[in-house]
Amino acid sequence: MLEKKLITARFDKINPLSIDDYVEHGGYEALSFALGMERVDIIEEVKKSQLRGRGGAAFPTHIKMMGVAKEEDEPRYVVCNADEGEPGNFKDRYLMENDPHQLIEGMIITAYAVRANKGFIYIRGEYDKPHSVLQWAIDEARKKGYLGKNILDSGFNFDIEIRSGAGSYVCGEEFALIESLEGKPGRTRVKPPFPTQEGLFQKPTMLSNVETFANLPHIVDMGGEKFAEIGTESSKGTKIISLSGNVKKPGIYEIPFGVPIRDVIEQLGEGTPADRKVKMVQLGGASGPIIPEYMTDLTIDFDRFENFDSKTGAGAVIVMDDRFDVFDILLRISEFFEHESCGKCTPCREGNLQLLKLVEKFVDRQSSEKDLANIESLARVMHQTSLCGLGQSAPTALLSTLQYFRNDFVDRIEHPESQ
Amino acid sequence: MLEDLLEKYPQQEDQLIEILLDYQSQKQHRYISEEEIARIAAHLGVSESKVYSVVTFYTFFSTEPRGQHIIQVCKDVPCYINGERTMRSVLEKLLGIRVGETTRDKRFTLEQTSCLGHCDGAPAMRIDDKTFTNLDENKIKAIISEYRGAK
Repeated sequence: MLEKKLITARFDKINPLSIDDYVEHGGYEALSFALGMERVDIIEEVKKSQLRGRGGAAFPTHIKMMGVAKEEDEPRYVVCNADEGEPGNFKDRYLMENDPHQLIEGMIITAYAVRANKGFIYIRGEYDKPHSVLQWAIDEARKKGYLGKNILDSGFNFDIEIRSGAGSYVCGEEFALIESLEGKPGRTRVKPPFPTQEGLFQKPTMLSNVETFANLPHIVDMGGEKFAEIGTESSKGTKIISLSGNVKKPGIYEIPFGVPIRDVIEQLGEGTPADRKVKMVQLGGASGPIIPEYMTDLTIDFDRFENFDSKTGAGAVIVMDDRFDVFDILLRISEFFEHESCGKCTPCREGNLQLLKLVEKFVDRQSSEKDLANIESLARVMHQTSLCGLGQSAPTALLSTLQYFRNDFVDRIEHPESQ
Repeated sequence: MLEDLLEKYPQQEDQLIEILLDYQSQKQHRYISEEEIARIAAHLGVSESKVYSVVTFYTFFSTEPRGQHIIQVCKDVPCYINGERTMRSVLEKLLGIRVGETTRDKRFTLEQTSCLGHCDGAPAMRIDDKTFTNLDENKIKAIISEYRGAK
């Protein structure tokens, strides 16, 4: 068994529109227990669990919680990042559509621990169905006393409001998201101060991904130590993989950390259609590295992803078979970043435009040695000097292909006419 | 109609995107005019340039009239490798327009979009507030004729 179902365990057991179903399957028990705990003890359990953010940056969750909890400024906010826009990722959609109360319960527990009374779920505008499922669930939870004033007679007040995005990838970046929640264009801010200090409306804000919050009830339920028994040395718990591309069975799969990428592709995804050879696999999404088949024995683990200096462990695995040309793929990725750059900082705004022009030269078979050198130096400058994660990670796919598919570049320059 | 809608929302700056989404979805030609930008700005007590900057930042909003239905085809890698080009050319042929254009009868606007988050059902497209997946030529034809039939 490669899979380990923790946060997807209820998916085929409950009607997501029924709060009674959720409660019957153990739902809101963790909340009821947590409300009897000392706030610091909840954060201590999260620390023991070694939970790290599931949105891609892998930041230790308890440090964020501590950061908000120790701030005196009020009000404090809990914000859920449901702006899942990284190409190749769709696991948050499944979490919201199939078990909305799990996310809500995780947010309430977090809010209690950090003393926040107001929460927002920022959901991308394209997610119409999960939006309506969540709204239904929030209304139900309020009716049953899990949200609102004096939750379960604990004296604790907390409520959640859903806000919609309007078509912008960069709003998944924490400060761009906060700006968007404030009704502005989604352009990031300079850090520090961090969101835990001055976030939404300049107030302390606990901002995490859907999957991160979904883990909270389980950590309270199991205890942090038990949770930390799942996974690897550096990465505890499970990860939902969004598997797409040339595989027979695309979809989401929850695995413990430490499973090799190849097993995900061959066993869970059942390999490629018509059993073609895998040529490339992109990890994390458009902002992640592209690796050749022989490297898919790498295990899924935060530190493995960080080996590529990319912070994109959101869990996408995009499989491309041998019919595809590396330059056609890079063209799509470059077009994406050129379109989605918010334009605030120069390395990202201008860099992505120039990278796109350079990639187009390779696609059009007009490339030279100089173009290759320009790609390399430009990509490094963008990575080092862009203001936010978008510009920093935009060249990751290019840099990884330069490393692992260098011959394709050299061939294209030397023999532009050949296939 | 705009004034009725504005009444439903608190007069807070952070409601701007919600207001714009709500209003544009009800408008027949799916756009926000300059004059409406001014009225929204006045209601919220912010500058017109601020509302304009939001309208032009987010891809959902348009300042130009569009069709009754907005068709968005995904152009990112998982859809690309699963037949995005076929999906796009079938739609262009069927509607007689290119990406970025509106049909003469003002029924459809065809747009390209970034990832729709349905990569396990690639290729995918969205029409207004509905997403369609695992598309092939026959499926697309059936969907479009259904939208054409409905008034």
